[in-house]
Amino acid sequence: MRRLPGRRTWASLHAEAREIVFDFLEGYDLLGAFWTTVQLTLLAAAGSLVWGTLLAAMRVGPVPLMRGFGTAYVNIVRNIPLTVIILFTSLGLNQTLSISLGADDFKTINFRLAVLGLTAYTSAFVCEALRAGINTVPVGQAEAARAIGLSFTQVLRLVVLPQAFRSAVGPLTNVLIALTKNTTVAAAIGVAEAATLMKTMVEKEAQLIPIASIFALGFVILTLPTGLILGWVGKKVAVKR
Amino acid sequence: MKLRKVTAASAAVLALALAATACGSDNDKDSGSSPSGGSKKITIGIKFDQPGIGQKTPQGYAGFDVDVATYVAKKLGYSANQIQWKESKSADRETMLQRGDVDFIAASYSITPEREKSVDFAGPYLLAHQDVLVRADDNSIKSPSDLNSKKLCSVTGSTSAQNVKDKLAPKANLQQYPTYSACLTGLQNGAIDALTTDDSILAGYAAQSQFKGKFKLGGFKMTNENYGIGVKKGSDLKAKINTALEDMVSDGSWKAAVEKNFGPANYKNEPAPKIGDVKS
Repeated sequence: MRRLPGRRTWASLHAEAREIVFDFLEGYDLLGAFWTTVQLTLLAAAGSLVWGTLLAAMRVGPVPLMRGFGTAYVNIVRNIPLTVIILFTSLGLNQTLSISLGADDFKTINFRLAVLGLTAYTSAFVCEALRAGINTVPVGQAEAARAIGLSFTQVLRLVVLPQAFRSAVGPLTNVLIALTKNTTVAAAIGVAEAATLMKTMVEKEAQLIPIASIFALGFVILTLPTGLILGWVGKKVAVKR
Repeated sequence: MKLRKVTAASAAVLALALAATACGSDNDKDSGSSPSGGSKKITIGIKFDQPGIGQKTPQGYAGFDVDVATYVAKKLGYSANQIQWKESKSADRETMLQRGDVDFIAASYSITPEREKSVDFAGPYLLAHQDVLVRADDNSIKSPSDLNSKKLCSVTGSTSAQNVKDKLAPKANLQQYPTYSACLTGLQNGAIDALTTDDSILAGYAAQSQFKGKFKLGGFKMTNENYGIGVKKGSDLKAKINTALEDMVSDGSWKAAVEKNFGPANYKNEPAPKIGDVKS
């Protein structure tokens, strides 16, 4: 067996290898870019959970007008490509209608527009996942709740939705993972997230495959734990029937 | 009866699909022919979406890069109809050369030390500069430092965008879009003050008939971009292409191509660069 070099030599060897293999990473804020990706994901996830729940409530509600609106919204929005939605927020809302969402530089405006676009899009999927969850709650429960005098909102809030959420954890996890990867579309309007940095690095360093692999790995690092943790949570809270 | 109709319809669909795929496979065969193989075809990578540089139009391919590539191919012994054009997007260029998908690439391909690690460059054949395109009636941008208070647009991840952020105008409000045409929408309606990239590309856009007279170039020469022809590392094509490029300059075709493609935009071109003279 070869003698191992001393600790110091190992360190310098390691540094040397790092320089050869990863010198294209030098000077790029990889963590910053992924942090923007995480922020986009979390904000859009929170937004679409709220708006998606409201949409689901509309779709199962007793008012025909709201039911119609919910159905129309879901069917229109989920069938438009996300790139078109995101580009529309910038070219349509910002550049043409001068809506700037209370910010004055493109960096902040575009970030907010991207959150808005992602929320609008993802809500449609959250709504459908939740509606599937609502359908797992036996009709008898809602009828019983009505019979003891609860209003529609009370039935939804106290009886149906808590159970619906618990059985919708699985599908909602899928939506969240898809959302994490969908944030790369925000690169279309120049939000400084992972995909934008990847384009910059590929353009400058001319090494497509190693750079793309690193970003792919970054996304796996983000989404794998999401799936594992929420999968465990889903099992834990599942309604036993 | 109904069943028979369905059968007939599906047979028709199937026949159509077969016909379509037959056409498709023909095309595949063409583009799949190995470069410099016995079939006597040459595959050249160009941009398909940059007016003035390399653009796919209903009438065929047009632009300065196309003219240069056609001339070079002629010198290499291929007539115009033996050329197989292939789109090479910025991010794909190195990979396409390394895999041998194309024989050479002329696609506003700036020679940089990083790129020279993975591919070889013949040329340069054009010296371009980073510049800005502004509305024709806008006189508020007189020097690059004026850009610091302006709304600027460029293509996501492009070298021009990085230059603006890093040194030219770090305080400028920078919008990035996937294509230059998206920037032009904003530039036209005033949401954006200037579009920045290589002056050759800007001149190509400004020379388009629908934009004629609406935009003008700033003329700032903020960086040097040496356009080269990319070939596979170690390829013997490099020397042959260099000779072809020298011929192109000396017989006047180079000047004619510049005037034809950039002329209408009031673009002042640099004299033809000497082969191997890469200005940093």
